[in-house]
Amino acid sequence: MITLIDYGVGNIFAFQNVYKRLDIPTKIAKTSKDLVDVQKLILPGVGSFDYAMSQLNASGMREKLDELVIVKKVPVIGICVGMQMMGNRSDEGKSEGLKWINSEILKFDENLIQQRTKLPHMGWNDVMPVNNHPLFRGLEKDAIFYFLHSFYFKCNNPSDSIAFSEYGISFSSAVNRDNIYGIQFHPEKSHQYGEKLLHNFANL
Amino acid sequence: MLRPRIIPSLLLHDKGLVKTVNFKSPKYVGDPINAVRIFNEKEVDELAFFDIDATVLNKEPDYVLIEKLANQSRMPLCYGGGVKTVEQAQKIFGLGIEKIALSSAAVNNPQLVTQIAERVGSQSVIVVLDIKKKLLGGYEIYTHNGKKSTGINPIKFAKELEALGLGEIIINSIDQDGVMKGYDLNLIDKIAETISIPLTVLGGAGSMPDIEKVIEKHGVIGVAAGSLFVFKGPYKAVLINYPTQIEKNKIFKINNNGNTE
Repeated sequence: MITLIDYGVGNIFAFQNVYKRLDIPTKIAKTSKDLVDVQKLILPGVGSFDYAMSQLNASGMREKLDELVIVKKVPVIGICVGMQMMGNRSDEGKSEGLKWINSEILKFDENLIQQRTKLPHMGWNDVMPVNNHPLFRGLEKDAIFYFLHSFYFKCNNPSDSIAFSEYGISFSSAVNRDNIYGIQFHPEKSHQYGEKLLHNFANL
Repeated sequence: MLRPRIIPSLLLHDKGLVKTVNFKSPKYVGDPINAVRIFNEKEVDELAFFDIDATVLNKEPDYVLIEKLANQSRMPLCYGGGVKTVEQAQKIFGLGIEKIALSSAAVNNPQLVTQIAERVGSQSVIVVLDIKKKLLGGYEIYTHNGKKSTGINPIKFAKELEALGLGEIIINSIDQDGVMKGYDLNLIDKIAETISIPLTVLGGAGSMPDIEKVIEKHGVIGVAAGSLFVFKGPYKAVLINYPTQIEKNKIFKINNNGNTE
């Protein structure tokens, strides 16, 4: 069973549909009361950092999520802004992040991007996993994913990076520390590759 | 390497899909949900839906249909049509759409771009500019399915929109729409050299070489087409089609190991 955190930001149904096809049960958590018997969590996110943080704080789930993730070590994956929220802070806003992974969310330096189109980093790009991480089983080679963002996750502990992509610089497109995972791209909108990754997360 | 995007652009009219020529004579081409399923199978880069009724009939976006489209889609979706407020945009995001396209609302009130971007992030806000050549040279923006002239110069306006925090501009050539004789390359050049946010071009693609030509010149760009991906053959039989990954890699000059040639 995978619990999808619904705090009014992000695409819950797309994840539900992927897991329906994979025959893996999901449930949606809208309040802290829904966060019982949690085995695995998905924290989706689109939109701006501050808005997403304020919505999560207002949902009343924050405290329970901290307990599940930090104390009970329930596996959790943050997607796009959901990943960025796991960091300490973001160039995009003033809010504090969840601080689940020691990191800063930085804006891409436009001067390092060679082509005319600079930001956002939008479209399909390569993702190169490191050390055969199980989240990327079967995706070691030739996997491309859909990105839509202008800020990137900079790990303060380099070993937390589990995949890299290039956009002006090489940045961490996936991270993992203990039970906590984050991916910058959108697996729910990345066809067979995304489906495979979400399947791998379910099997961790 | 970040790839160019090849994007089928589909028009919603009376709950069905249609294709127009010069923004006129909509021809029924099928059911939108079914089209999403087929484009899923074809692993499309992105899909764009534009409701051509919402603004002219002053209707709310069809949230029920949008939700169904989003639920079916395994690729990023853009929705445009009748979006006028931050609340509407927020609601559509909640249904699982990645990008919202504004058109007449942004032309009338460019500040709306900033307001929506503050809520949902710049990267998800698009403006579609419907553009027509002026008789004596130059270009002009139209709204309401090409019926209402605005007197606004699209090149200047694109620059203005960028400064307001827009995430992407789609330029749609009314003159080329449905004609399948190629894009207005001059218009593309002019807008492309003006802005540094992502640009997607629409209107006129009649063959894959038309698309290749744009990518060859502009590199990372969005290349959208309607007729090309829904019609086949000289008699325009309805048949959804889209290049394979291998065909796309050839256009992007990426070899089979994922490296650039």
